[in-house]
Amino acid sequence: MDVKVPMSPRARVASGAVALVNRLSRRLGRGDGMVVGGWVGLFLDPHLLSDLTRSREVVLVSGTNGKTTTAALMRLAWGHGTGGNTTGANMPQGHVAALVSDRSPRMVLEVDEAYLGEIVHSTRPRAILLLNLSRDQLDRAAEVRNLALRWREALEGCSGVVANANDPLVVFAAETATQVRWVRIPTPWRKDAASCPHCTRPLRFGSEGEWWCDCGFRRPEDWCGHLRDGVVWLGERSVPLHLSIPGAVNEGNALIVLSTLDLLGGDALAGGARLAELRSVGGRYQVFTWRGRRIRLILAKNPAGYGEALASVDSRERLWIAINARIADGRDPSWLYDIDISSLTGREVMCLGERRLDLATRLVYGNVTAEVLDDPDSLGVSSEEICLVANYTAFREWRARLEAS
Amino acid sequence: MKIAVVFPELLGTYGDGGNALSLAWRGRARGIDVSVEEVALDAPLPDADLYLLGGGEDGPQRLATERLREVGFVDRIAAGAHVFAVCAGLQILGSHYAVEGDDLFPGLGLVPAVTVRGTPRAVGDLAVRVGSRTLVGFENHGGRTSLGEGLGALGEVVRGVGNDGHVDGFSAPRLWATYAHGPVLAQNPWFCDEILETISGKDLTPLVSVADRLYETRVSQIAD
Repeated sequence: MDVKVPMSPRARVASGAVALVNRLSRRLGRGDGMVVGGWVGLFLDPHLLSDLTRSREVVLVSGTNGKTTTAALMRLAWGHGTGGNTTGANMPQGHVAALVSDRSPRMVLEVDEAYLGEIVHSTRPRAILLLNLSRDQLDRAAEVRNLALRWREALEGCSGVVANANDPLVVFAAETATQVRWVRIPTPWRKDAASCPHCTRPLRFGSEGEWWCDCGFRRPEDWCGHLRDGVVWLGERSVPLHLSIPGAVNEGNALIVLSTLDLLGGDALAGGARLAELRSVGGRYQVFTWRGRRIRLILAKNPAGYGEALASVDSRERLWIAINARIADGRDPSWLYDIDISSLTGREVMCLGERRLDLATRLVYGNVTAEVLDDPDSLGVSSEEICLVANYTAFREWRARLEAS
Repeated sequence: MKIAVVFPELLGTYGDGGNALSLAWRGRARGIDVSVEEVALDAPLPDADLYLLGGGEDGPQRLATERLREVGFVDRIAAGAHVFAVCAGLQILGSHYAVEGDDLFPGLGLVPAVTVRGTPRAVGDLAVRVGSRTLVGFENHGGRTSLGEGLGALGEVVRGVGNDGHVDGFSAPRLWATYAHGPVLAQNPWFCDEILETISGKDLTPLVSVADRLYETRVSQIAD
């Protein structure tokens, strides 16, 4: 199911260039060939994103954690004829490349938090899913409150916003929109929302995810979606979940996806059933066999993400954690000290990656037994079952290593 | 030894909790009875031998300063308590600092240090020569700090920016401050021990841990 996209001559030339350059880039073996073509296309026609989305239905997904998985769930839920930036290239160049190579009439685009305003403006989305905001790569990204403020300005007057009511920074960002569907996604990470974004007084939290400030800023009560015992509730209607991917965090991702599908007029029950088809996303949650070991691979990039990932590790699995601190990871691994490691008490953790010593020191000082593995390729065969949680570039390296074996 | 982590919900942007963790772990391993208490914003300031001030964003930094003034923080230091401050915490201890534009706000005035906004933002590895030792860490701040008469820097910058590209932080009796944010005491076990020795008045026995390998690796990567 393809659409004909009516375009200006300039846009037609620019999108031709995107396809050509990306094909060339892939042939030369430079990366996955999704960014450089988009860059050329946007240079030739700065309005290319508007042209490419004019006759299509677009849904945007943004937030610090869970963008790629939630966008993949949204594509399944929305059904046949839905495409998107499936390689995870989530800046404008990646959006352009995806829109040129994929002519589906419906597009679900995951968007880097810093580009949300620009992408909302140029793609006129039918829905915008806002997951969460927390500290991530502070050496290069705007500090998280600035980001929330920029979202707030960008979302002013928008409709079709579906947002996490349990995250005070997301509520602060989304409350300027004219129409918001609030969903209550379990959000254990609160360290970035300790003080009120309106008045800086301390925010208070209840046991059910509710929160409030003395100034009157509080969790919106007009909600339409929540979770109870693994069942999604959209108002009075229930949708059972049968996810194949693990963790409470993905039940929350499914909740926001089905609330959005309902907003778009889709059938939430049928959409919910389709979510079970998702077994892994770009290597996340995939199970590999490597030198006799069964290795389950999980991506986590920041304290909130690690908290969720470590809580989902099975007690029978050995835990390996790999940490790098390259530019894409954020060059400062100080955030290791912000991870809640209380679920690791009594476990032994294997520390890998370029910053394995930072990780091992953090764990030892937190009274967790840590072992340092300098060279994984020196390991012999074993029948261990391992859960490997890795941050961005470490995840990429391990995925390549596991796929090559 | 009582350690108070001051307003971690405001001053804790960069894993600053790692400093309390390091002090407690290294102190206890030498038989020092260390207690760590996190001070909530609306709680009274507890008595402590050492107060830790971490890094924070602009709004929370001003709020923390106002609250520290209300609870009489300066009197506690004058009465003999110690303080270790990083980044925003460093700026708060000085007489004035600029946040959110160029307006100067009054700090606690414990030391004659003034921080103005500087460009570009200082982001990257920081290495500081402190006497015969090297301190390694990471900085991320938009401040340029000048030290007034009689206030000595913590050390000379070997890599990064620190206060002004030449020196980093300051030190005075019972007081240490650096722009190396986050778990700087975890990365620099010698500095952590120096603080423990100053407060306890004892010579500590050497302690071998994985932190030594981390320190040596970081020094060879950024300061050699």
